[in-house]
Amino acid sequence: MAADLLRRSIDAIVIGASSGGVEAISALLPALTETMRVSIFIVLHVPRDRPSGLVELFNYKCVLPVREAQDKEPVENGTVYIAPPDYHLLLDKGPRLALSCDEPVHYSRPAIDCLFESAADIYQNRLLGIILTGGNEDGAAGLAAVKNAGGVTIVQQPDTAQMSVMPAAALKRCTPDFVLPLVDIVKFFTDLKNGF
Amino acid sequence: MNSADFEMEIELLIDAIYRKYHYDFREYAMASLKRRLRTAMLRFDCSTLSQLQDRVLHEPATFPMLLDFLTVQVSEMFRDPGYFRALREQVIPLLRTYPSLKIWVAGCSTGEEAFSLAILLREENLLERTQIYATDINVRALEMAETGIYDVDRIAGFTDNHRLSGSKTSLSDYYTAAYGKVVFDRTLKEHIVFSDHSLATDSVFSEVQLVSCRNVLIYFNRELQDRALGLFEGALCRKGFLGLGAKESVRFSAHADDFIEVARENKIFQKRGSI
Repeated sequence: MAADLLRRSIDAIVIGASSGGVEAISALLPALTETMRVSIFIVLHVPRDRPSGLVELFNYKCVLPVREAQDKEPVENGTVYIAPPDYHLLLDKGPRLALSCDEPVHYSRPAIDCLFESAADIYQNRLLGIILTGGNEDGAAGLAAVKNAGGVTIVQQPDTAQMSVMPAAALKRCTPDFVLPLVDIVKFFTDLKNGF
Repeated sequence: MNSADFEMEIELLIDAIYRKYHYDFREYAMASLKRRLRTAMLRFDCSTLSQLQDRVLHEPATFPMLLDFLTVQVSEMFRDPGYFRALREQVIPLLRTYPSLKIWVAGCSTGEEAFSLAILLREENLLERTQIYATDINVRALEMAETGIYDVDRIAGFTDNHRLSGSKTSLSDYYTAAYGKVVFDRTLKEHIVFSDHSLATDSVFSEVQLVSCRNVLIYFNRELQDRALGLFEGALCRKGFLGLGAKESVRFSAHADDFIEVARENKIFQKRGSI
């Protein structure tokens, strides 16, 4: 399946998760390798009122640099960006990062929908969107936007997710290219490492 | 919808708004504008932005409603309590040395930040000699701010924030609750002037010792950020203070050298004393 994806060029990956997401993303990041040129953006729902500690944690798991997203920062290849607590992360022309404190979406700020929809605008069919475990419906509309723009979409198989609500909502909203248990999404990354 | 077409429609709409209503969104950051306009299209039941533009130009009631989508920020009182704690600990002692104080809350929306500062200043026994100018481009938001009325269900969050800000009193000392609303003490408002002012098109109106402008600059592009920071620099007295949002900075702007950082984490800057 990775072979299909290899035929096309992917410039960016967007990943969204909520409950259980720290573990899921921690399993995914070690599969990334130093040679990858792709930019990766992650929205993980976190409590809004304290530093999330995700950047430190994920840096430890990943050979690529992991940074908290800064407003208007130009996007670099081979870098993992994490949405800061209490701000939406969006992609803007350039591509550049953009933050906003517009109202929460599905009670969430950062919201997965904001990231995915704006990334779909910027990267069009050169985008891979992944929805992982989570306890609310954020990300479903975003993943549909990725698909509509011609991007590649993956949803974690709900019965293998720590919380099935988020992937199930995504499946209800659109038919992704792949529905996979986490181990296979990890394998997908491993298979793709030369392609990115 | 084709992304390039949508961006073209945004530019046309923004230009139409500027020409007809003189509100200037031409240098706003595109990503947030796009998202807000998509939401507005759903709300106004328009399938294209051109349709919405037609209504904006020909139905007088539409524009004020659209302006709310483009500008209104639902803020909170004492949002980011650490910011208010840093003001209390690092800025107030210096403000205390002035015989009278002027403070500018730029982009005040519905007034939460202005009332928060008024409460903080009262706790520090400084409000009686302070004038707060709270400005925004949205006149309807200013009218709401002027009432000092908020929904009672927001008070729990405000109270938590206030407590974490190093408060010396209870927030409930400053409001009265009735019919699902709270109204803030009139004597706070006596020290606040709410007025219409645009960081994109207007100029400096007073010398001030503190500017608080949080989570406004992230919606601007670099050029407009520079313009706004230039206004703040122009309005501030020597060694006056500037407070920005948690994810904003003067660092990458044309005015980076005009300020020094005084509270890095809490984004408080001080205008340099000499050139």
